[in-house]
Amino acid sequence: MSTFVEKLGSIDRRIIFIVMALAVILPLAFRMSLPIKIGEGPSKDMYDAVEALPNGSTVLLSFDYDPSTMPELQPMAIAMAQQLMTKDIKIVSLALWPMGVSLGNEALISVSDSLGKEEYLDWVNLGYKTGGGVLIVRMGSDIKSVFPVDYDGNSVDEMPIMDNINKLSDFDMIISLSAGDPGIPSWVMMAGDRYDIPIGGGCTAVSAPQFYPYLGTGQLVGLLGGLKGAADYETMVRVGVEDAPAGTATPGMAAQSVAHLVIMLFIILGNISYLAGKKKKRGAK
Amino acid sequence: MNWTVIGIWLGALLSLSLYSFLYKDNPFYKFAEHLFVGMSAGYWVIYNIKNVLIPNWWNNLVPAEGGMQPIWLIPGALAFFMLLRIVPKLSSLSRMSLSLIVGTGAGLSMTAMLQTNALAQVNGTIIALGQGGGLLSWISNIIIVTGVVCGLVYFFFSKAHTGVVGGAANVGITVLMVAFGASFGYTVMARISLLIGQTQFLLFEWLPTMGINL
Repeated sequence: MSTFVEKLGSIDRRIIFIVMALAVILPLAFRMSLPIKIGEGPSKDMYDAVEALPNGSTVLLSFDYDPSTMPELQPMAIAMAQQLMTKDIKIVSLALWPMGVSLGNEALISVSDSLGKEEYLDWVNLGYKTGGGVLIVRMGSDIKSVFPVDYDGNSVDEMPIMDNINKLSDFDMIISLSAGDPGIPSWVMMAGDRYDIPIGGGCTAVSAPQFYPYLGTGQLVGLLGGLKGAADYETMVRVGVEDAPAGTATPGMAAQSVAHLVIMLFIILGNISYLAGKKKKRGAK
Repeated sequence: MNWTVIGIWLGALLSLSLYSFLYKDNPFYKFAEHLFVGMSAGYWVIYNIKNVLIPNWWNNLVPAEGGMQPIWLIPGALAFFMLLRIVPKLSSLSRMSLSLIVGTGAGLSMTAMLQTNALAQVNGTIIALGQGGGLLSWISNIIIVTGVVCGLVYFFFSKAHTGVVGGAANVGITVLMVAFGASFGYTVMARISLLIGQTQFLLFEWLPTMGINL
């Protein structure tokens, strides 16, 4: 007859789903908050790299994601736009993913409106073009031939923000918020290494381990990895800013932590049950 | 009629239909899945016609200022050849377009890939052990160098994995397992993040439409 410990190894998966759902819903519903400590690391490096840019610099912000990765990357986009615009850094944005255009626009408009920034003077969204790496190579020699008009169809020649921007090397930094390829790898390969432009980025947690080697070699100046990276950035950007809008990543991290604890608990229980079953079999022999 | 509320309700009901699969397969899940596949395909077709084909090709072929640029018929023909894959007798024409894509892609990325993902990474591994200063940097640098060398030894199959080589290969596979574990941990975090994002939508956007404010 199976003992309670052995039965733990064969819990109905639907019970596990319910426990996981509660582990996520309850911390969010009760607005549970856990402190986010920012230490040395890729998120801090990214923040410091942007902070080190002089006011009036121009940054290329590439929205290389779609709604399926919004929970992780959209908070990064908002926090990033917040920091750049607060520092009076001009943002020229584009998207290597089609749906990134509207998501980027959403982030830029919300931050721009809250800080009283002006489109075409402080920021512009050039829109989406297909091509990935090939597109980046072409932008290396002439951006305006690749993007003659912006997302709304207005000529880039008539925009003050584009006055001194003709090629990629005119940017002080390129930041890619990337859910895959094309994204950070394409920017590092076709822009960073080729034109020696500092590249920073944010990515989904799934792809973060793939990009960490770029940090060690200096090919990336900083990296925000998943919801944790987004929460780190939200926290750093909000420090010292009065009435800073609340992000979605920071409250999400409390639920994330509880969910991780539950997963660890289930892994431990599963292993205890497995070992108990193994011991019983040995005893029977 | 408030279209935002209708959108939120549609999003919420479809989300719940999809999550219902966790209990067991059911018609609500099937409906949401098929709707998603169909909508995605339709959306992508229209999006690509409007945002890729028209601005990048049609507007160049027939510019607004008048006249026709026949040179743009060439990419048009190559694109059309790709569609001929569905006609068995003419499907070989699509190889011309494919060869152009593969050739351009390979030519552009070959040197860049080698530089970015091989040479720069090798360069990043050749580090002075004391680089960075402090005991932790020493330990970290030793782990990087040992991990890379032993990892490479594991994939060296011209010598039997016995003795010193076997020991190094074992260290290599251990390092690989640690890397896979870290990668899996990140994957779990990503999936939970998606659940959190959708839960935030249901709790803070959908429930308030019914007057429930948490």
